[in-house]
Amino acid sequence: MRKLFTFHGGIHPPENKSQSLAQPIREAGIPSHLILPLSQHIGAPAKPVVTVGERVLKGQLLASARGTVSAAVHAPTSGVVEAIEDRQIAHPSGLTTMCIVLASDGKDEWITLAPTLNYLECQPEEIVARIQAAGIAGMGGAGFPTAAKVNTPPERKVETLIINGTECEPYITADDILMQERPQQIIAGVKILQHLLQPGETLIGIEDNKPEAIAALQTAAEGSDIEVVSFPTKYPSGGEKQLIEILTGKQVPSGGLPLDIGVICQNIGSVVAVEDAITLGQPLISRITTVTGEAVTSPGNFQVLLGTPMRFLLEQAGYLTEKNERLVMGGPMMGFAVPDLDVPIVKTTNCLLAPTPSELPNPAPAQACIRCGLCEQACPASLLPQQMFWFAQGKEFEKLEQHNLFDCIECGACSWVCPSNIPLVQYYRASKSEILFARQEHKKAEQSRIRFEARQQRLERGEAEKAAKRAARKQAAEQRARDTSATGQTGEDDPVQAAIDRAKAKKAAQQAAGSSSESEKQRLEDNVASIRQRLEKANQKLTQAEAENSEHVDALRSGVDKTRAKLEAAEQALAALSPGDKDKVEAEPPVDAAAAAIAKAMAARTAKAELDPAEQAKEKLRALELRLQKTRDRLTQSRSEDADEKVIEALEASIHRLQDKITTAKADLPTAEAD
Amino acid sequence: MALLRVTSPHAHGPASTQRVMQKVLLATIPGVVVMTHFFGFGTIVNLIWACIVALGCEALALKLRKRPILPYLNDYSALVTATLLAISLPPYSPWWLIAVGVTCSILLAKHLYGGLGYNPFNPAMVGYVVLLISFPIQMTSWAPPRGLEQVPTLFDAFKACFWPVAYDGVTMATPLDVLKQNNSQLIEDLYRTTPQFGSMAGVGWEWVNLAFLLGGAWLLYQRVFTWHAPVAMLIALALLAAIFYDGGSSASAGSPLFHLLSGATMFGAFFIVTDPVTSAVSVRGRLVYGAMIGVLLYTIRVRGNYPDAVAFAVLIMNFAAPFIDNYTRPRTYGHAGGGSKG
Repeated sequence: MRKLFTFHGGIHPPENKSQSLAQPIREAGIPSHLILPLSQHIGAPAKPVVTVGERVLKGQLLASARGTVSAAVHAPTSGVVEAIEDRQIAHPSGLTTMCIVLASDGKDEWITLAPTLNYLECQPEEIVARIQAAGIAGMGGAGFPTAAKVNTPPERKVETLIINGTECEPYITADDILMQERPQQIIAGVKILQHLLQPGETLIGIEDNKPEAIAALQTAAEGSDIEVVSFPTKYPSGGEKQLIEILTGKQVPSGGLPLDIGVICQNIGSVVAVEDAITLGQPLISRITTVTGEAVTSPGNFQVLLGTPMRFLLEQAGYLTEKNERLVMGGPMMGFAVPDLDVPIVKTTNCLLAPTPSELPNPAPAQACIRCGLCEQACPASLLPQQMFWFAQGKEFEKLEQHNLFDCIECGACSWVCPSNIPLVQYYRASKSEILFARQEHKKAEQSRIRFEARQQRLERGEAEKAAKRAARKQAAEQRARDTSATGQTGEDDPVQAAIDRAKAKKAAQQAAGSSSESEKQRLEDNVASIRQRLEKANQKLTQAEAENSEHVDALRSGVDKTRAKLEAAEQALAALSPGDKDKVEAEPPVDAAAAAIAKAMAARTAKAELDPAEQAKEKLRALELRLQKTRDRLTQSRSEDADEKVIEALEASIHRLQDKITTAKADLPTAEAD
Repeated sequence: MALLRVTSPHAHGPASTQRVMQKVLLATIPGVVVMTHFFGFGTIVNLIWACIVALGCEALALKLRKRPILPYLNDYSALVTATLLAISLPPYSPWWLIAVGVTCSILLAKHLYGGLGYNPFNPAMVGYVVLLISFPIQMTSWAPPRGLEQVPTLFDAFKACFWPVAYDGVTMATPLDVLKQNNSQLIEDLYRTTPQFGSMAGVGWEWVNLAFLLGGAWLLYQRVFTWHAPVAMLIALALLAAIFYDGGSSASAGSPLFHLLSGATMFGAFFIVTDPVTSAVSVRGRLVYGAMIGVLLYTIRVRGNYPDAVAFAVLIMNFAAPFIDNYTRPRTYGHAGGGSKG
């Protein structure tokens, strides 16, 4: 017999499990419409891969997982995708979320399933991939994607694999009936997980109020190293942390994961889903859901397609609408009231509880806390609920955190025992969300502070750079002024250099713009250039040879012809690249224009250099007069257009400057002529 | 169809404040019956009158505080306070004494602090101490137990309460008084020569204490409170008495059994110390709280001016309860150290 441990607190509410255990699992059938929320799990919502109007087959992927902590959604039956829209779902806050609405065609036609995976010969990654592809998420209630849970980092050794068959919540029997009816499949599923995780030991934990389930699993597990452990019934033994403590005596560190102490927990339902995925290749498209409460005439467990509207499922169990005031998804301790009968069954819907008002009466008005301490005795997390209640009332969030509010698992034991009917869990929930909200706000404020400071710094840096540039420019201008006065030139920019610079800038811009097939184009251009060079050289040699009447003339001529042919081929290749590359076509002329400008400027300079000084001086004077004329025109235009005063001032100033220059140029002229 | 939107848990246990209070009232019955047997109907008259005044005060306070009167009167908390005070008062007390005590309990100790659940001090004990300090003579006049004197009739009891000037009752020192005054006789001789001493402790008192122990045991069985505070108090008291018994010399302070079964020990342990509102809350806190009351009880009984000291010991520890709470926080699941940081 295994040594068992216990956890602090706990309660013994009436179990109410026998009602739904009277009948075996029934098929709920196919409703006319299925509503499949994209988010039935913890993590990122799935991404739809089908379009409205598309016909899908049973088991076909409807939405794929978005990242590792996410789960795919598959079509539970064949039919047509009718809509992808916001629908109300079963959520404590009455949230709406994106859902794929599927109109079933009644044919229930399967897609070709993935082949059976012989897991014994598979790498762990393959098994994990298959589990992820099947869209399995923890089916006990939290809905954490199973693939993410079993994909343990290799350096983290799993000492204990715990299969959670506790089902401590009153009324719910979905896992119990699975264990009773399909023990072989459960054991097969556990063996897959064993193979995947290689745990030191494997335990199936079951409360001792399920003797049939215990016996069935013990028989099925015979001859394996899977140990079925039963322990005294107490709520909430099925809480992951509590179950781990019962079976191992270890506590999961606050804020940590079970894996931190070498434990992995899996729910019975998830194990069955894993087995389906590996051996049958079936994705998760249905689950066992308990339908119970006095407002149904035929309570029991149903194999129900995911996305089935709750109304449809309830009707299968003989729902008495008029007797039901609140409908609970989950158990009476931790379940939540659903807003509407048309919300769908999802992967985490283990129970639909339809009680009559006398069965689960409305909460009585809360009275004053008399600090009786019953809540403290019941708390499975060893908190001080009554103290936390005081702090929650006074909104003393710091003290709440000091009293480890965030270790509260919201099991409801404190509220259940409270003689004053205080909705303690509600206070803790509200406080938690307020604290989280405050933390977020704080984070936001912190971020905007950092952003603001960064912006200030950036602006200051920009100012400093501008100032430095201005100073540098000023210095350069002074330097230039000194240089020109030293060389006796007029301080005009070298037109050749300017043209070269402009061309370079144009080329750079053009290169930045057209980046596709840039390297190819470059290569061809280089090719053309080098051939052209060779052709020129060959031509020169040929000319020389002809001039010298050399005997090599013929040979050279044929060489020139060959090179010319090559050049043509290369140019054609370059042209062939161009039609598919618009950028290049458009970009080509400017390059030529730039080259032309350079050539023009070069020519002008050469021409200028060849002119005699008097001519030069005259030329300069003409140029200046031309510029003066242009500037005057612009000034007139600006005035007529009521342009900015600054522009006008600037134009007037440049006119003055040009006039001065013309005067000096005229003064130079006679001397030049005199030379 | 509009479905009801309520948050979990949807189920609620059978416990209610009303039922807790009813159980406390029921559990006083053995003690009250035995007291009536030994000291006559004085306690019953105390009880009736105290309850009437208490309900009146409670209603008045609720009206002044603009609270719904009936639901709050229905929680039985005022009746519990009145009952506990009435049991503590000497039988055949005059009506005004009881009225002053109850008024102080309900108005001063309870409603001035915000009503049920908000009072830092045990209301019944506040009322008791106010009376003890203000009217020491009336508060230390206990009737002799049956067997030593004639027990007054029911008519006498009413006369004593409502027409005190016409009532000429007999009073007698309690065993705790006797022991406190004694400095010449060995304990053994004292038991033999003084009529107030019975086989274990005082005549009558030993049975009264055992009856309250019985009621307390039933409350424990009913899980109205946990064993921690009362047991810690009784053990601390017995331990100190054992240490300082010195074999029963003339300077002895009495045997552990004597202390356990004298005065208000059992009544205090199971009906006063266990008041949840004014005591420490955690399990460890209640152990400390109860033990400290035991220590103070013994110390004041032996060293102080008063023969009995449950009220003082409890009130002093009421002061200390929040402090104890702060240093005895249980270790939360998944946390390494104890919760001793402030």
